[in-house]
Amino acid sequence: MVTYLIRRLIGAVIMLLIVSMATFAIFFLVPQIAGATPEGMASRYVGRTASAEDAKIAADRLGFNDPLVVQYGRFIKGIVAGAEFDYGPGVEQCPPPCLGYSFITRQPVWPDLLDRLPVTLSLAVGAAVLWLIIGLSTGVISALRRGSVFDRAAMTLALAGVSLPIFFTGLISLLVFSYGNPFAVFAQGGHYTPITENPGEWAYNLILPWITLAFLFAAQYARLTRAGMLETMGEDYIRTARAKGLIERTVVVKHGMRGALTPIVTIFGLDFGLLVGGAVLTESTYSLPGLGKYAIDAITNNDLPKVMGVTLLSAFFVVFANLIVDLLYAVVDPRVRLS
Amino acid sequence: MRRRPALAAVALGAALTLGLSACGTGGEEPKQGTQGSATAPASQKAEFNAALNGVFNPSTKKGGTLKFANSGEWDSLDPADTYYGYSWNFIRLYGRALVMFKSAPGEEGNTLVPDLAENLGTPSADFKTWTYKLRAGVKFEDGTPITSKDVKYGVMRSVDRETFPNGPTYLGDMLNWPKDYKGPYKSKGVDVSSAIETPDDQTIVFHLKQGYSGFDYLTQMPVTMPVPEAKDTGAKFQEHVISSGPYMFEKNEIGKGFSLVRNPHWDAATDPNRPALPDRIEVQLKVNADDLDNRLISGDIHVDVTGVGVQPAALSKVLPDPALKAQSDNPTIQRTWYTSIPTTVPPLDNIDCRKAIMYAWDRTAYQTAYGGEFSGGQIATSLLPPTVPGYQPVDLYPAGADNKGDVAKAKEHLTKCGKPDGFETNIAYRAERPKEKAAAEGLQQSLGRVGIKLTLKPFPQGDYFSLYAGKPPYVKDNKLGLTLNGWGSDYPEGYGFLQQIVDSRVIRETGGSSNVSIRIPDVDKLIDDSVKEADIKKREPIWAAIDKRVMEEAVVIPGLWAKALLLRGKGVTNVFVSSSQQMYDYVAMGVE
Repeated sequence: MVTYLIRRLIGAVIMLLIVSMATFAIFFLVPQIAGATPEGMASRYVGRTASAEDAKIAADRLGFNDPLVVQYGRFIKGIVAGAEFDYGPGVEQCPPPCLGYSFITRQPVWPDLLDRLPVTLSLAVGAAVLWLIIGLSTGVISALRRGSVFDRAAMTLALAGVSLPIFFTGLISLLVFSYGNPFAVFAQGGHYTPITENPGEWAYNLILPWITLAFLFAAQYARLTRAGMLETMGEDYIRTARAKGLIERTVVVKHGMRGALTPIVTIFGLDFGLLVGGAVLTESTYSLPGLGKYAIDAITNNDLPKVMGVTLLSAFFVVFANLIVDLLYAVVDPRVRLS
Repeated sequence: MRRRPALAAVALGAALTLGLSACGTGGEEPKQGTQGSATAPASQKAEFNAALNGVFNPSTKKGGTLKFANSGEWDSLDPADTYYGYSWNFIRLYGRALVMFKSAPGEEGNTLVPDLAENLGTPSADFKTWTYKLRAGVKFEDGTPITSKDVKYGVMRSVDRETFPNGPTYLGDMLNWPKDYKGPYKSKGVDVSSAIETPDDQTIVFHLKQGYSGFDYLTQMPVTMPVPEAKDTGAKFQEHVISSGPYMFEKNEIGKGFSLVRNPHWDAATDPNRPALPDRIEVQLKVNADDLDNRLISGDIHVDVTGVGVQPAALSKVLPDPALKAQSDNPTIQRTWYTSIPTTVPPLDNIDCRKAIMYAWDRTAYQTAYGGEFSGGQIATSLLPPTVPGYQPVDLYPAGADNKGDVAKAKEHLTKCGKPDGFETNIAYRAERPKEKAAAEGLQQSLGRVGIKLTLKPFPQGDYFSLYAGKPPYVKDNKLGLTLNGWGSDYPEGYGFLQQIVDSRVIRETGGSSNVSIRIPDVDKLIDDSVKEADIKKREPIWAAIDKRVMEEAVVIPGLWAKALLLRGKGVTNVFVSSSQQMYDYVAMGVE
């Protein structure tokens, strides 16, 4: 188990390194291949009144004239050992893990990410609870009552949930439930209260984003669970369980669901990891100051250190979630051994 | 984002290199500021454009929270590092420059009044030295008295372009700084008395390299707001700007939002310009733009701070609804969305070929491309917007009753230029701007009616002027016969608006110029005449003459004078659009 964990952790680090290289290449190598000059790349950091000379100086100062390997090395060194940045009267320390420093907002990236993480976590956890409860139960009931009115209605709704993009359902739900009388019962966009300040308000402000996000995922999970359950419930060992005289609830929950859950756990790990890395559409639609909104704003502003930072953090969450999933496999399916 | 800083800054630089010995004190008269609501017409009735030339919902009631929202975020809250138009409007709530635009509706808002200073600047005879006396008793938020040295330090630090890359460069370019001066951090201890002197705590003297009569227009900019050296934290100062105005920062989360509360050391007796009505001001950043409009309509927020107007989704909701429309204002902004016709690209070196274009373009299609009458703009017949003092109507190429162009006249001029069947050329626009693309397509279609075939050429906006549409050799070699463009001035003055886009001497072969098509010796001479004229009332007709002369040469399709549909938030008092801010004036606002 310990060997397995160490091996997986080393794998995770290598994966993050590869992701960082790929991201770095996308933002620094590709523009160079496309013809961008170091001055051109620096021009976004020197304001709109800058001369060509200013851009040249900035390119030197920001190290854009150095070979790409040196620039990448500096970035990695910042993560491991921290970095220093000139803010005028003095030098600001950016302690490790220094994921970069935004020369547009004059802020180190890492504290920004930590500041926004609770928003995204709140959104992801709440939505995940909702979609798991709704998705799994709907899937199981649909599978057990295959062909019934409930099954058909649930699957039609699920199809809608899978098909409708969040920026559509989000805006419509805001329009109806936040701005439209007489149903304006939920908070309007742009409101977020930390759970530590006021748990009631926290939940009230997030309930619409939760439902919107959960609607999409619950639909997927209902369809997956239904398919999994249908397959599992047709297995020989289910027939054996019933033949042994087990009550139906035990057959469904202990034997049926356990088998059907394995692929769900895998998918959930990936989905949740991705979401924690930033629920871009939901956060943008509801103006929630989470990692997703942070990422999209950084991209809009061409603020590369921020984009790099949020990409790496997202990658970390996906890799980490996968690791947890693999560990959970052994619990869900005893046939899997961690070796 | 209305201001076009780089170019306007260059405009002044260019003016100086032209050897201006400017005269007159352009437009400034009162010795004391007054609150706009005292003199302007007031309106209680909610109707369309109620806040354009009068004060809507006037009130002196203090208290409450005024809520702003922004779909993006500030370039910086630091007075040395900000260049957005809305930021210069808003910053007056927590900072006091030497001079400010009067907080008053309409044209009256173009008047300069003293703010931190007792009076407007006193110039020397050659306009190279300007002296300001500070008001007594003005304090920072910590109770420290504000002295002329704090103003001097604020200006000095703005010179450091590495630390403050966003702000305007006027004072950095125009004052007589020591050679290679780079601001107080990098040029520590350097004597700057050649540029700024502070003979006593209440007096500050600026020394310019060359005389400029409109210097008060520059000292109304946030860079003259005082900064206490002991509390300066460079690039991090924006996290807590030390207030000199009626409000100070309570909390500031960069990229998310901030709140302001009353500055206990602000004394209304020292400030005749600000009513300071609300007790608290909240600003939320990075709000989804459509959601922001919905919240504005619902009353959840009071003001869209950017002042760029509602999104298309809200536009279609507001205009057909009489109640919502009555809650809106539609000001014309000092910005023109035009298209240059470079005369270096054959056959456009022939004036009749250019006139064919002037008659053939469909004005309504251009307007539709930019968003229509309310959010796009008013059809322009010349470069100078009507809100700039000195504007005179001129329409040399009538486009018919339907504004779709005069095809017969266009063909007539094509024949005269020896291209009766038309010709082919390219049209450049910024790839990231769908409105410019739509306008280019509209021109392609309308000019196609007379046989002028346009090929669309999108370019990245970051390099649009430096490498492509603003670089004369590239324009000529790549046959960019039309280039889409936009221009707004930093302050409401004909010279500030026109010079950079019509003076042939600002064209740079190396690129970066906004003027790519106008090379008219008469116009250059008129510009020189205007800056030598002391009396502003005599200068204004010169700007009108320049505007007309440019149109006579048919070197620009004037396009549109930009407009924005602004929504007045529910329960907001003292709402008016000031011509200097070109949006609601935030200094005067209160809540019911």
